[in-house]
Amino acid sequence: MEVQKTALYNYHKNLGAKFVPFAGYEMPIQYKDGIVKEHISTRTHAGFFDVSHMGQFFLEGDESLIESLEKIIPADLKNLKINHSKYSFLLNNEGGIIDDLIITRTEKGFCIILNAACKENDIKQISQFLKKNHKHLLNNDLSLIALQGPKSVEILEKLIPGVANLKFMTGSNFEYEGENLYVTRSGYTGEDGFEISISNTKVEKLIDYLISNEVKPIGLGARDTLRLEAGLCLYGHDLNEKINPVEANLKWAIAKKRKEVGGFNGWEKIKNLLVNGSEKIRVGIKPDGKVIARENTKIFSSDNNEIGFVTSGTFGPSVNAPVAMGYVKSEFSKIGTSIQLEVRGKKYGGKISELPFYKKSYVK
Amino acid sequence: MSEKKFSKKHEWVSLDGDVATVGITKHATEMLGDIVFVEVPDAGKAVEKEGQAAVVESTKAASDVYSPISGEITEGNKAIADDPGSVNTDPEGASWFFKLKIKDKGEYDSLMSKDEYDKFCKENPS
Repeated sequence: MEVQKTALYNYHKNLGAKFVPFAGYEMPIQYKDGIVKEHISTRTHAGFFDVSHMGQFFLEGDESLIESLEKIIPADLKNLKINHSKYSFLLNNEGGIIDDLIITRTEKGFCIILNAACKENDIKQISQFLKKNHKHLLNNDLSLIALQGPKSVEILEKLIPGVANLKFMTGSNFEYEGENLYVTRSGYTGEDGFEISISNTKVEKLIDYLISNEVKPIGLGARDTLRLEAGLCLYGHDLNEKINPVEANLKWAIAKKRKEVGGFNGWEKIKNLLVNGSEKIRVGIKPDGKVIARENTKIFSSDNNEIGFVTSGTFGPSVNAPVAMGYVKSEFSKIGTSIQLEVRGKKYGGKISELPFYKKSYVK
Repeated sequence: MSEKKFSKKHEWVSLDGDVATVGITKHATEMLGDIVFVEVPDAGKAVEKEGQAAVVESTKAASDVYSPISGEITEGNKAIADDPGSVNTDPEGASWFFKLKIKDKGEYDSLMSKDEYDKFCKENPS
């Protein structure tokens, strides 16, 4: 398959981006400032992220569309209000996570934001449950820009009046340059911010404005350190088809009503796990020293039994220490439990830590 | 101190009598990005030419640091282990990685000069 590029590819190039292949796209990993500076400027001012590689999947239909989607998504879609969003998943028959996603109720149906690497398969999986009168479209004419950081609201409000009134995990239509765009108050950094769905033809103009307000471009490198400090999962690393939401410590994302009534893929298994707990569970991990426990680092108990593995690990610039997450046997998941991390054949001390590592400041 | 010599793995070496000082080049730090972890060897450890001697990690990935010369470690630079970011600011000065007592000066002589190294970097961009 030919490598794909977002509408902003040349723009990134002119900003001095270093590119890496990611999910079939050439994406900026960092710009001239480097990961740490990009991370800090997002936390202290604002940064923008081109996440146009993610799928913007639109569905339209009557009431039966809700029924169809609820078979594979364990959110309470029936009671989801228009312009409200939920974090949820696509589940397989075993309750494993096919993808994690944000689903928003629109006037005519739903919009689902899908991970770039999963989007083709996701659409196949969702389509199995759709009826003939349900319309669907993966819209490649739209870019998706995340604007994140404490100054985001002030900067975007000047350009698009009204966005300041949005609450976390809600969205609305706005007009910009004579075109409709959809803005949600959401993100993947632990900061206040927005995600802006905008036509490919207008996106450069939006970025020109952001840059003129000293919003820095942020690459995938800092996106990863930001989301890990915020305790957020990265699909393909912290989540996969063999991990279910209970193991992933994400049972909060299954709607209360759906936990009771079920009717979604893998419910029998998940119902049982909700009562009895899972054998392993996702936890936050803080190494004691400076050593970085990266993905696949083995985790041992203090008495040297292997109890799990790291799924994401890096240096957290705002925490100013290494941070990680991974899966351990549930009896070792208590906050503060001493563990050992095997890095390059040597064991280093660490502790099970609360998530997030960095405190959120969402506008509720 | 002698002039600095350079390896293809982007380490530099300077020589003072039979004690060599080894670090990573400015070019290496630019490729690595923000350095956030460093592990230096303890005194007494024997290292072979092109053998793994230290570890450097950036926000992106972990890399081994090789010794361009064989010998016995006399000192690891604890200051850079405590402040890994200093490797980005002064890689070819205060932020050396380790010192070692060398066995064969011929190994030092066979490394690249500054000019040769600069040319090597230009021909092998990454």
